[in-house]
Amino acid sequence: MQTDTIAAIATALSNSGIGIIRVSGEDSIQIVDSVFHTQGGKKKLQNMESHTIHYGYIVDDKGEIIDEVMVSVMKAPHSYTMEDVIEINCHGGVLMMKKVLQEVLHAGARMAEPGEFTKRAFLNGRIDLSKAEAVMDVIHSQNEYALASSVNQLRGSLSEEVKKLRGEVIYEIAFIESALDDPEHISLDGYSENLLLKVNELLVRVKKLIDTADNGRLIKEGIATVIIGKPNAGKSSLLNALVGEERAIVTDIAGTTRDILEEHINLHGIGFNVIDTAGIRSTEDTVEKIGVERARKYAGNADLIVYVVDASVPLDESDREIVSLIKDRKVVILLNKSDLESVVSEEDIKNFIRDNLPQRKEYGDIEIVRTSVKDGSGVEEFENVVKEMFFEGKIAHNGEIVITNMRHKEALQNAYDSLELVKRSIEDGMEEDFYSIDLMDAYKELGKIVGEEVGEDLVEEIFSKFCMGK
Amino acid sequence: MPEIHENVDVCVIGAGHAGCEAALACARLGLETVIFTVSVDSVALMPCNPNVGGSSKGHLVRELDALGGEMGKNIDKTFIQSKMLNISKGPAVHSLRAQADKADYSREMRKVLENQDNLTIKQAEVCELLWEQLDDSTKKVTGVKTYTGAVYECKAVVLCTGTYLKARCLCGETITYTGPNGLQAATHLSDSLEELGIELRRFKTGTPARMDKRSLDFSKMEEQFGDERIIPFSFSTDPDSIQKEQVSCWLTYTNEKTHKIIRENLDRSPIYAGIIEGTGPRYCPSIEDKVVKFADKERHQVFIEPEGLHTNEMYVSGMSSSLPEDVQLAMYRTVPGLEKCKIVRNAYAIEYDCINAKQLYPTLEFKTVKGLFSGGQFNGSSGYEEAACQGLVAGINAAMSILNREPLILDRSESYIGVLIDDLVTKDNREPYRMMTSRAEYRLLLRQDNADIRLREKGYQLGLITEEQRERLLQKKTLIDAEISRLKNTSVGANREIQDFLEAHGSSSLKTAASLAELICRPELNYKMIEEIDEGRKDFARKKIGADFFPAEVIEQVEIEIKYEGYIQRQLRQVEQFKKMEKKKIPEDLDYDRIPSLRIEARQKLKEFRPISLGQASRISGVSPADVSVLLVYLEHGREED
Repeated sequence: MQTDTIAAIATALSNSGIGIIRVSGEDSIQIVDSVFHTQGGKKKLQNMESHTIHYGYIVDDKGEIIDEVMVSVMKAPHSYTMEDVIEINCHGGVLMMKKVLQEVLHAGARMAEPGEFTKRAFLNGRIDLSKAEAVMDVIHSQNEYALASSVNQLRGSLSEEVKKLRGEVIYEIAFIESALDDPEHISLDGYSENLLLKVNELLVRVKKLIDTADNGRLIKEGIATVIIGKPNAGKSSLLNALVGEERAIVTDIAGTTRDILEEHINLHGIGFNVIDTAGIRSTEDTVEKIGVERARKYAGNADLIVYVVDASVPLDESDREIVSLIKDRKVVILLNKSDLESVVSEEDIKNFIRDNLPQRKEYGDIEIVRTSVKDGSGVEEFENVVKEMFFEGKIAHNGEIVITNMRHKEALQNAYDSLELVKRSIEDGMEEDFYSIDLMDAYKELGKIVGEEVGEDLVEEIFSKFCMGK
Repeated sequence: MPEIHENVDVCVIGAGHAGCEAALACARLGLETVIFTVSVDSVALMPCNPNVGGSSKGHLVRELDALGGEMGKNIDKTFIQSKMLNISKGPAVHSLRAQADKADYSREMRKVLENQDNLTIKQAEVCELLWEQLDDSTKKVTGVKTYTGAVYECKAVVLCTGTYLKARCLCGETITYTGPNGLQAATHLSDSLEELGIELRRFKTGTPARMDKRSLDFSKMEEQFGDERIIPFSFSTDPDSIQKEQVSCWLTYTNEKTHKIIRENLDRSPIYAGIIEGTGPRYCPSIEDKVVKFADKERHQVFIEPEGLHTNEMYVSGMSSSLPEDVQLAMYRTVPGLEKCKIVRNAYAIEYDCINAKQLYPTLEFKTVKGLFSGGQFNGSSGYEEAACQGLVAGINAAMSILNREPLILDRSESYIGVLIDDLVTKDNREPYRMMTSRAEYRLLLRQDNADIRLREKGYQLGLITEEQRERLLQKKTLIDAEISRLKNTSVGANREIQDFLEAHGSSSLKTAASLAELICRPELNYKMIEEIDEGRKDFARKKIGADFFPAEVIEQVEIEIKYEGYIQRQLRQVEQFKKMEKKKIPEDLDYDRIPSLRIEARQKLKEFRPISLGQASRISGVSPADVSVLLVYLEHGREED
């Protein structure tokens, strides 16, 4: 069916072990050859036998080494997809896998759609026909998930900017097209110069978004951390303490914050997306119930839960409610207010959780830290605990988020390239109708980021903005 | 009571631009055909603008001609001014437009119909379709019945009813129940169609006033001339045979006074008073609409165009309206040159029954009624050219179904006609559909200059293009290919003579040898200019055709193919991907409920549209790429099972 070459990270995005980048399609060998160097520099994968493995380096376009890798070659039809497949075994770690994948994409592969390897395997006859249903489910569920995460994870302000860019691009296309359709009413005299200025401006703005994506700040990339606890247990103080550190990078996330507070912080090079929920109190009050529901929702998606306990008062009904949110999630419990007289011991809270969360599979991994957030004691220990958890692989990024970020970046880069082509067409003195071809491509790519298809947008824009005809 | 009872192959209902093409195609393919019209004097009537072609519509006429349609030939016989639009833009958007002598156009087309073997013209209003039930969901058309009770049994019916079904015309408070130009409306057929299970809807359109030429002051307007060298629409017309004296059009503008009168009388406009129910087209808005929607525009263009050589009537393009007669006169008289105008025919809006074409297959056959085809404004389009193209395709496919031959389905990558029909049957259009070049995603390939190369072979295979015409095309293609290949393979060195030539033309000098094609590619050079450094050209032409030069039409193709090669190659690659999806056919009886992984919205849309291919499915709004993947996997599964 499709023969273009696709690539994706094939292993879980964790910070340990080995990561595999899979490349499949007609040009997969040639593409990887262009970024893969062996020690002598002579060996070319295209001359290698199928089912062989090769040691070397992935290098970027300046020839700098990105990672030391093992590359396996599986030639069609003896591969998962029955196409030429290359698997790059690189060092684990989100960053490394991202970098390697980016080089492969840069060399001409396209980022695989969710479920696309499976789809190809099926269409090429690799997967048993009886599994068709399962294949359809994989495609369906992976796409639904990717779509949902793509829209949810895009920061509000960035999504606004992408939409603005799209609006400006479609306006230009509509102007050109209305003039082509109705040359006697709408003139393009002198338009090229104006468009060149506009395109230059758009290029700068798209570039800025690409840089943002490179910094991982395009989306809410980071370990989703949710702070829960009773009112006045010290949740907000904890967040402030974490944010207030000089080493922390703080970014406002406009458009996503409603009645919850959300911060992006960076501890020891690890990104965290911290959500401070409203205090949870056992109550019949409807408004507060909504707050609990929200906290439940966030806790349900959290990579890490931080449960702040006010150790100066006894555990009560509200704590029971809070504990129920933890379920099987990774959790760190802070016995806060250690400056006051403590009525809750570590043993107390452990037993409390055992009693109130009987369905939890594992209790040994619950970390407990005594803190007095107010005066700062214990905060550093808490940070160390979290850091250890990350490096031991106990908590990880949501892999889908990294993928989403890369998809966004790929789309931005494509949009940028298309705008460059527009610029070149203008400078080469091409006729105006050629501009709209590449402008349209840019418009489509930007649409991928905000999850919007093109549909009848152009026709709508033409008729709403320009007065046509007879 | 004794009644007339006839037996024919095809009945075409309506003799407008769609009906004429449909009937001619069927008759030319050897089928006994009857074309019904409410008035034989109104065959191929142009009830609105007096021209054929224009941006993207010119493309349609060229394609129609390549396939063996009549419109191009007919306008070549009857035009009074001709102009290639967008000539300063790229070749993809060059578009031919000709002013027609309306009466002449109609008369000439009638002559063609009257002299066509196997074709009978019948003046009668068809009131009823005759049909039989095939199974639960499908019917088959068996004939038509006229108002006088005459029955025509047939194997296929082509509906080309234009704006006539339950038509009513509005001019301010005055409503008349007629078709355009006061012609008799068709008031009975709608009920019969609804009984057949066809869903109808109301669309509207409008036309401006016609004025007496003697009452206009042209000294206050700008004269608009035709082109010096006239290019014919039809590939069969010899350009030299149609060079003639042309008439002018005139340009003037509305002003604040005009707009004020309109604004003050909006309450008397049937549209703004809510009397009109139908949906109108946004691309040819009434002057009321323009003034309301683009309130900040100080003036709007008005083109005054002759309706023919033997009439004083002038068409007031840009000022269609449904305001009452007195307001019309007052508003027109504010326009420079029209101060003393006398209106011959008032502007009016017209409302009519039509369908949402999603009820049709891309063959233009109804999904639920075998043998019933439809084309033209009835399908929710607008424009003579759009109508003619659909008429031709509907007629051809009616014939193909009777002859048990493969239907003609043109895809989006090979023609504007394909784009037109695909849009009509795949998208939920909410207003009369007009063609635009921006609707064609592969427009660099779909140029008006290469319509013959794209489609003539198809016309020949269908039986509508002669052996001789085809031979001519093949020859042209051979010459183009030969010349392109020669230019690519002839290189010139970086010697003194070449460098001087380049310098003289403001082109940068060569560092190493380059092919002639590479030089043509430079924006500042072209095929003609490099003649002086192209030593082999004359010899080659002489060897190939026995003359010193290739014909202009060959040179045109050579130049475009070379100059825009990069862009063209890019679109060709996209087309390759596109074609793969079009080739994946979806069985007519596919049960979408058996594919659980489809999203609910997609499933509903797919059941509603019943696309014929994966490609068409992917263009239905509400069907996502993931749904298409799921569908693909399912189809693949089913295929292997069989």
